[in-house]
Amino acid sequence: MATWTPDPSFYPSPRMAMKAPQEKLAYVAAFDPDRKKPDAIAVVDVDPASGSYGSIVGQTDMPGVGDELHHFGWNACSSCLCPNAPHPHSERRYLVVPGLRSSRLHILDTKPDPKHPKIVKVIEPEEIAEKAGYSRLHTIHCGPEGIYVNALGNAQGEAPGGIFLVDHETFEVRGRWEVERGSQELAYDFWWHLGYDTMVTSEWGTPKTFEEGLIPEVLLGAKYGRRLHFWDLHKRKHLQEIDLGDKYQLVFELRPAHDPTKAYGFVGVVISLEDLSSSIWTWYRDGDKWAIKKVIDIPAEPADPDQLPPLLKGFKAVPPLVTDIDLSMDDRFLYVSCWGTGDMHQYDVSDPFNPKLTGKVRIGGIVSKAAHPGASNGALSGGPQMVEISRDGRRVYFTNSLYGAIDPQFYPDGIDGWMVKLDAGENGGIEFDPKFFVEWPKGHRPHQVRLEGGDCSSDSYCYP
Amino acid sequence: MTQLWPWLTLAGLGAFHGLNPAMGWLFAVALGQHRKSRRVVVLSLIPIAAGHSVAIIVVVALVVGLGVVVDADLIRVGGGLVLISWAVYHQVYGHLHKVRFGMQTSMAGLGIWSFLMASAHGAGLMLVPVLIPLCLSGTPAQELTAAGSIGISLAAVGVHTVSMLAVTGVIALSVYQWLGLAFLRRGWINLDLLWTVALAAAGVILIVL
Repeated sequence: MATWTPDPSFYPSPRMAMKAPQEKLAYVAAFDPDRKKPDAIAVVDVDPASGSYGSIVGQTDMPGVGDELHHFGWNACSSCLCPNAPHPHSERRYLVVPGLRSSRLHILDTKPDPKHPKIVKVIEPEEIAEKAGYSRLHTIHCGPEGIYVNALGNAQGEAPGGIFLVDHETFEVRGRWEVERGSQELAYDFWWHLGYDTMVTSEWGTPKTFEEGLIPEVLLGAKYGRRLHFWDLHKRKHLQEIDLGDKYQLVFELRPAHDPTKAYGFVGVVISLEDLSSSIWTWYRDGDKWAIKKVIDIPAEPADPDQLPPLLKGFKAVPPLVTDIDLSMDDRFLYVSCWGTGDMHQYDVSDPFNPKLTGKVRIGGIVSKAAHPGASNGALSGGPQMVEISRDGRRVYFTNSLYGAIDPQFYPDGIDGWMVKLDAGENGGIEFDPKFFVEWPKGHRPHQVRLEGGDCSSDSYCYP
Repeated sequence: MTQLWPWLTLAGLGAFHGLNPAMGWLFAVALGQHRKSRRVVVLSLIPIAAGHSVAIIVVVALVVGLGVVVDADLIRVGGGLVLISWAVYHQVYGHLHKVRFGMQTSMAGLGIWSFLMASAHGAGLMLVPVLIPLCLSGTPAQELTAAGSIGISLAAVGVHTVSMLAVTGVIALSVYQWLGLAFLRRGWINLDLLWTVALAAAGVILIVL
C-alpha cells in the first residue's frame, strides 16, 4: 500500500543516508549444505543496548528444502526518490529471497513483526523460466524499474545468464531485462551508475561448472568468467565488454561509487592463474568509453602442503580468495574479504586509483584458523566472506561460508558457521567487537547479511 | 466575474501540476546537481514546460475536435467516464511506468519525458471540466466551429503552462539554490493520491453538473 509520506528509510543522497539511525536488526541468509532441512532467513539482534545483542532472535524457514539461500535484497529503497521514475510512497518492507539452487523466489514481509518475517509469496521456478527464461537466481537490487534479479543460467541451466524484472508491489514476474545482449554469456553480479544510465555486470560461470564445486580443469583452462559488461540501463542494450585477460578468473562483486556523479567502481577478481593472487580493479569513465585498472594485488601466502586441502597441495600456498568486497556509503573505505587466508582488509579508496591499506583483522582461514575474542572454541573454520557495512560506516558485519559445494573444496574438515562484527574508526582502522560473535546453529551456514533500513550494498541514489 | 473562474482554475491546476515533483522540478534540480550548474536547472525548465503543454494540447485538440462533431452532452458524460477510468488506472498501475530517460538524457529526451509523465498522469484530462464550457460554448449569435475555438483554446493552454512553468521554476531554483533535498524525506506527500482523487472528482463533476 502507498503511504502518505516517503518511507523514512529512503534518503535522497548517500550523504544523508549516512545520518540514518543505527540498525537494530540484521537479516542473514542461512542454508543447509546437506539440503535435508529448510534454509532460513535468520534475524540477528545488533542493538548493543539489547539483552540479546549478538544472538539470533528470530528465524523464518523456507517452505521447501535445498534452496541454497545466498544473496537477497529489499523490494524498494532510496532509488524510489529518483526524479525520472519516482515511487516515493512505496515501502521498504519485503525481503526478496531467491534460492540459488532451487530458483525459487520468496517474498518475506518484515513489517508486522520485524523479528519474524512472514512468507507472503513464493514464485516457483517454472513461472520464472516461462516468463523470464532464467534460472539460478543470484543477486537482488531494488532500482528504477522495480526489483532486478539476476540469474546465472537460462531456463535450461545453461548460458546465457541474465537479469529479469519483478514488480516491487505486486511481485509479478515482468520478464527478461535485456533487449540486446551483445557478447554477454556468463553472469554473476550486477549494479549500476544511476548518474550515468549505466548497468555493469560481471561473470562467474554456468551452473554445471559450479553446482558440484569448482572444476579444476575449467579453472586452469581459464573458462570461468573474466569479463565486465557495460549496458545502457534504460535502453537495456549491451554497450561494451572489458576482458581482464586469460589469467584472471572469477570476476565477482561490483561496487560502484554511491555518489551518482562519480563514474567509477570496484570489482574483485578471485584468482590469478599465474600466482593464485586476488586483485581489486577500478573501472572508470575514460572519454566516451569505460576503462579498468588493477589497483590492489593481494598475494597468496606460502604454506606447508600438509595443512592444505587436496586442491591446493601442489601449489604450496594459500590463495587469498577475495570473494566479497563492500564500499562504505561515503565511497571512502573499501572492505575486502580474503576467504582463503582469513583476512579482512580495509582500504582508504578516497583516491580510487591509489588505495591505502588502513586496517586488517584475521579470523579463520584455511591454514591460520584464527580465533575471535568472543568465541568459545579457539580454532575457527571458514573465513571472512559476505561483508556488509552500516550506513554510517562505523559497523561492519560478516559471515564465513561461500557456497555449499565449494566450502568443502577449501575447508575439507567442514565449516562451522559464525557471524562477527567489526567496529570501524571514523578515519579508518578496524577491530573486532569482542561481545559480538554469533556461533551459528549447527546444520546451517550463514551467507549474506542485510541490515534493517538499508546498508551499503542495498540502496542506490540519484542525488549527490 | 463568472468569466474569470475558468481561467483561475486553469492557472490553479497549472500550479498544482508544477508543484508535483514527478512533473519536472525535481528532475531539473537533479540535472543541475549532476552538471553542477544553475544554468542547467533553468534550461531544463524549457523542455519540461514544452512537454507538459504538448500533453495538454493533445487533450484540448481532442475536446475541441470532438466538440464540433459530437453533441456536447455526450462529450461531457464520455469525458467524465474517461476521467474516472483514468483515476482507477492511475491508482492500480501508476507505479508501472517504464523508465526511458535517465540522468544523461538530452534536452529533447527531457521534453519527451515530461510529455509522457503528464500524459500518463492524466494532466490534460484533469482540465477537461474547465475546457468544455470554455472552449465549446459558442455564443448564441455564433455557430460553434473549430476555428472559432482555436484562439480561446490556445489561451487556455497558455495560461495553464505559464502557471505550471512559474511554479516549477520557483521550486526548482529554490531547492537547488537554498533548500536542498532533505525536506523530501518528510515533505514529499503523496500527491499521486491527491492527483487520483482530483481526476475522479473532475470526472464526477463532468457527469453530474
